[in-house]
Amino acid sequence: MNVLMTGVGGQGIILASDMLSEVMMRSGCDVKKSEIHGMAQRGGSVMSHVRFAERVDSPLIPFGGCDILLSFEELEAARYLKYLKKDATVIINQYRLAPPAVVSGSRKYPDVVPFLRERTPNIHLVPGTAIAEEMGNARGVNIILLGLLSTLLDPPESAWYDAINSMLKEKIRAANIEGFKRGRQIKIQ
Amino acid sequence: MAFFISESSQGEYVMKKILSGNEAIARGAFEAGVSFISAYPGTPSTEILQTVANEYPAIHAEWTPNEKVALEVAAGASYAGARCMAVMKHVGVNVAADPLMTLPYTLIRGGFVLVSADDPELFSSQNEQDNRHYARFAKMPMLEPSTSQEAKDFMVEAVRISEEFETPVMLRTTTRISHSMGVVELGGENGCRTPSLERHPAEWVMLPANARARHPVIEERIRSLKVYSDASPLNVMEMGSPKLGIISSGVAYQYAKEALPHASFLKLGLSYPLPEDLVRKFAAQVDELWVVEELDPFMEEQVKALGIDCHGKDRLPLCGELNPDIIRGAVMGIALQDGDQPDLPPRPPSMCPGCPHRSMLWALKRNKCFIAGDIGCYTLGFLPPLSAIDTCLCMGAGINHAHGMATVFGPGKEKIVAVIGDSTFYHSGITGLLNLAYNKGAALIVILDNSTTAMTGSQDHPGTGVTVRGERTVNLDLENLVRALGIGWVRTVDPYDVKQTRKDVKEALAFEGPSVIISKAPCVLLKSRNVPGRALTVDTDACTGCKVCIGLGCPAIEFRDEKAHISDMCVGCGVCADLCAPGAIGGEK
Ligand code: SF4
Ligand code: SF4
Repeated sequence: MNVLMTGVGGQGIILASDMLSEVMMRSGCDVKKSEIHGMAQRGGSVMSHVRFAERVDSPLIPFGGCDILLSFEELEAARYLKYLKKDATVIINQYRLAPPAVVSGSRKYPDVVPFLRERTPNIHLVPGTAIAEEMGNARGVNIILLGLLSTLLDPPESAWYDAINSMLKEKIRAANIEGFKRGRQIKIQ
Repeated sequence: MAFFISESSQGEYVMKKILSGNEAIARGAFEAGVSFISAYPGTPSTEILQTVANEYPAIHAEWTPNEKVALEVAAGASYAGARCMAVMKHVGVNVAADPLMTLPYTLIRGGFVLVSADDPELFSSQNEQDNRHYARFAKMPMLEPSTSQEAKDFMVEAVRISEEFETPVMLRTTTRISHSMGVVELGGENGCRTPSLERHPAEWVMLPANARARHPVIEERIRSLKVYSDASPLNVMEMGSPKLGIISSGVAYQYAKEALPHASFLKLGLSYPLPEDLVRKFAAQVDELWVVEELDPFMEEQVKALGIDCHGKDRLPLCGELNPDIIRGAVMGIALQDGDQPDLPPRPPSMCPGCPHRSMLWALKRNKCFIAGDIGCYTLGFLPPLSAIDTCLCMGAGINHAHGMATVFGPGKEKIVAVIGDSTFYHSGITGLLNLAYNKGAALIVILDNSTTAMTGSQDHPGTGVTVRGERTVNLDLENLVRALGIGWVRTVDPYDVKQTRKDVKEALAFEGPSVIISKAPCVLLKSRNVPGRALTVDTDACTGCKVCIGLGCPAIEFRDEKAHISDMCVGCGVCADLCAPGAIGGEK
């Protein structure tokens, strides 16, 4: 199974993909994950490959190999189309962060859904950021989206709480578990 | 990250952990009994020393001002009998190349491992040089892990080989090894060596007579290592179909395995010196031979030198990183199936909202300066709309570019300026500034002092007064250092004070001799940052749509419907408000 997480530096993608990897390792899979740190983190586009199976070789997902794309930002969902499997599940957080060319007014923020439709019919726009804001912490969007993602994967709900408990400091556990539960309630078909 | 205990295939319980390649190398150092680690931060190598500092308190860890220092202090530790490691990114090895080329001539006591983290695809570097050449150049063995597990295991093996052959060993990773995570089975600790004072003048005093006598020792050693390489468990044949044989190492091996699972493989973990007999044996068993490697044809040329014909860079790219699809496409002779990619507005990285570098770069640009840049977050000031960096070559080059250019133009002709960060200045700017003063230069040098090594994720350095473990230490006085180098005109300015900054820049440019401005304000990612942290707002009625504020390139300011808007990414540094002539920016939400 290959999961691609995309978004913008600072959205908490790395922590989300760390947690996914931890849960899959605990459920007995071989796991590899790859992303880029450093310069790419200063608000640039970020992509994290997470792969799990009985045995994983390449840390990078092959083109056409991604089963689930979880995008934390709308535009970023369409940047890596070549990775998508036909019929891949695409979950897009409804959140638009204008890139520099849009900020300066030289380009329009594009609607990316039509591009994705050429690849797969399974596209779901979800209000992750709205839920996070409603819960009083816009930065909690990563755990909400992870909650939603967990409903598409095998490990039982409790496995995720084990990971949250072992990876996060006590102070922030309760809020994260609450966000995770809210994410699980998001319905996609 | 948490440990996880599970059952191994032999029915024993093993500790498993998901580790990045860098964390695994740190773990390997711990297991190998390394007791001394030195490094200069550089992507993708930085987390190795950080992990050691955070998780293995028994190991001495230090950030050094540059990689040459890192290599030399580690060599000192080895001479004293301790196991040690010097860690740097690929271009850092260039800085350390002087001691590196002679170190193998000397006697290694405690195991010495040089970690070189290369960056194919230039995710965060100024070039994509292939540091495997250094292993051959300096005549020392090289290990190339292809997973996190191997990163840990090979680190232990590197220390062992180093002590057995009394040679420095290079452990070479690439970004995809350093920053990818994988499951690692942990091992036990080997224990450190107790240091002891010995004297080996013939092996440690490298004057011509001694070094001449040591050279044959190295040649003999590399010959024995070649034999060792043939038998090493790190070099393995995995026979699949005899039709296609692939020689590979590092992450390229994993990509090739993914792309061509049925092929036969010769996987090289100890890739220099090349196991020549093993290569011959493997080549004889397959119909078509490929060498699959990122960047240069390092192994391929050595294979061909054995008189063995193979494919490699005739079909595979020399530039950028590989992936399974590129390899499958090249070997199978099929075009890449990556489909059409829509034309989307790019999202390059940019300096943070409220970054203190922004207003200084803006002030220099307003004065029509030519700005010789350097390596750090401010290099991103190159991007439009700021477009404020005119050169960037390597650490410390900016000051020297500015001096060379200003000298050629002569006094008062062009406004030549260099900008350099504090960490970069300590790394290799001091000698340049000394040269500029000594040779009566006239350029303006701006030291962008944000009290950290920001680009690599905020590491301390000699100017912060804090060590890698957060202990207090001496705090360098930058202004006095600059004066001591011979610069008469020095001023420390607060870049958030836009008006004063512009005045000071004007004055410094008008000054006849060399001048230095220290632009001092902490990086906004530090706790000590000097911004209110609350977003400003635009009074859209007052905003005339002049776009002056947009020229700053702050990601928090967006131009929409002919007006500026400020998002909640704004940290309230106030620079844009100072530039806004109608006074439309202000207040809080
Ligand atoms: S990390 Fe610090 S120095 Fe770098 S861009 Fe952000 S504020 Fe500026
Ligand atoms: S005050 Fe202006 S320049 Fe400073 S962070 Fe906010 S929007 Fe950016």
